[in-house]
Amino acid sequence: MTTFDQAQLKNFGVVEAEEMTIHMGPQHPSTHGVLRLKIRTDGEIVSHIEPHIGYLHRCFEKHCENLTYEQVIPYTDRCDYLASMNNNHIYALAVEKLMGIEIPERVEYIRVIMAELQRIASHLMAVGAHGLDAGGITPITYTFRDRERILDLFEYTCGARLLYNYIWIGGVSHDLPPNFVQYAREFLDYFEPKITEYNRLLTYNKIFIERTADIGVLTPEVAINYGGSGPVLRGSGIQWDLRRNDAYSIYDRFDFEIPIGRGEMGTVGDSWDRYFVRVREMEESVKIIRQALEQLPKEGDVHAAVPKKIRPPEGSIYFRGENPRGELGYYIISDGSPKPYRLKMRSPAFVNLSLISEIATGWMIADMIAILGSLDIVLGEIDR
Amino acid sequence: MEFSEVIRHVGSTFPEAVVSQDEGTHYLQIVPEQWRDVALHLRDDSKLRFDALMCLTGFDKGPGQSLGVIYSLHSMEHDHKLEVRIEVARDGGAVPSAAHVWRTADWHEREAYDMFGITFTDHPDHRRMLLPDDWIGHPLRKDYETPDDYRGIPVPKDKRGWE
Repeated sequence: MTTFDQAQLKNFGVVEAEEMTIHMGPQHPSTHGVLRLKIRTDGEIVSHIEPHIGYLHRCFEKHCENLTYEQVIPYTDRCDYLASMNNNHIYALAVEKLMGIEIPERVEYIRVIMAELQRIASHLMAVGAHGLDAGGITPITYTFRDRERILDLFEYTCGARLLYNYIWIGGVSHDLPPNFVQYAREFLDYFEPKITEYNRLLTYNKIFIERTADIGVLTPEVAINYGGSGPVLRGSGIQWDLRRNDAYSIYDRFDFEIPIGRGEMGTVGDSWDRYFVRVREMEESVKIIRQALEQLPKEGDVHAAVPKKIRPPEGSIYFRGENPRGELGYYIISDGSPKPYRLKMRSPAFVNLSLISEIATGWMIADMIAILGSLDIVLGEIDR
Repeated sequence: MEFSEVIRHVGSTFPEAVVSQDEGTHYLQIVPEQWRDVALHLRDDSKLRFDALMCLTGFDKGPGQSLGVIYSLHSMEHDHKLEVRIEVARDGGAVPSAAHVWRTADWHEREAYDMFGITFTDHPDHRRMLLPDDWIGHPLRKDYETPDDYRGIPVPKDKRGWE
């Protein structure tokens, strides 16, 4: 498949038609939430895309200025509702770094286990939904079946299945329940062979490859200039993962690879590469969890000694970490009071969505949906 | 490059641009007028090469005081970071847009305009980002007052039992 521009179409002798503007959304199943795309089309070819966002805006940052530092955590849950653990984790790390709190060893391991389980759950959603965008109904039922098991583990740990409020400043809300390590290992043993199943079902499916390979190619230069991160950036062949390149928490203790797009089915940086990076990242997360379960200290406190009222000293910090969608950052300005003076959330999906007009222009409308699926956006986080 | 080396490098190239060059703070404050030249230099100079804009934050120093923008930069090539702050007057202050230097700035500057009312000159698409186009005021300003209603939808102000 190739892209066409106006001049080429004229050369083909295609009859010129007037451009049409279509509003796709806000309620549209393939837009992954309430996103409105204002698309200018020439027949089936997209010539311009203008995303309109903000339908889910609920003043996260304004709320934070009126809440204490601990009270912000449930709000971070609700930003990226598919990766709540990661949001909790990075926010807690940001505040801890601002205050200079030391975290017990056991807590660090529990947090990493939860964050990586959540990464698998989020990627399962992304992979299944991408299949759905490309026209395959079946894969999402398989990925949901396995995501369910991860949610069961979370429910067993903290009682919640979607919005956990689990990782707190200086610790976690509950210690691991009895036999958690055993159940987690059972899940990993169950889950690992399933990745082969997804590959047989979707990854190497001819129709899926036709729909995604060579479509929406994102070059590394454009990806960096736009600030793309996570699987979107790695899909373009750049080995960049904040867990390794800007190591935080205890990620430097684990042995894992950083999968990158290699253009196996088409060009480096196409939709298929972005998809496949996610599949392979699930394998790497399984590796990390296995190592973490192995090294997890048997005994230990799950709360660091933190002051009763969290009052970070005056100052500011930008802390970033690797969320399933990319670089999640919190910019916190503290004035020494128990409430943040300013809290800015740098949302990875917000930045990745801004790429859509760059990479989907020139493709057909149906391809644009497949490209949007490969960006894996969550509107709760984009609109905040 | 260490932070101190970066600010020395920028300070010697643009002596008039740098407002504060105190090495105790971890940021570089510059005047808005020269921001475009400084930004291009930060991105293109072979020793600096700040190719990625990690984050862009607007801030308000308080009612009656100045507004500001913070550009958090990172160099993937040299793996060093820099924070650039620009402060502008509360009314009528403008910052030259960096959207042509780092495309990340495009949407983030729109968001800063939306939330703080900071104008970015030469921005390719200077509109509100998250709020409706007919919204009045800029909510993250410290002196923002919540309106009574939006298009006839009342805003609940009685917060008894909420806290």
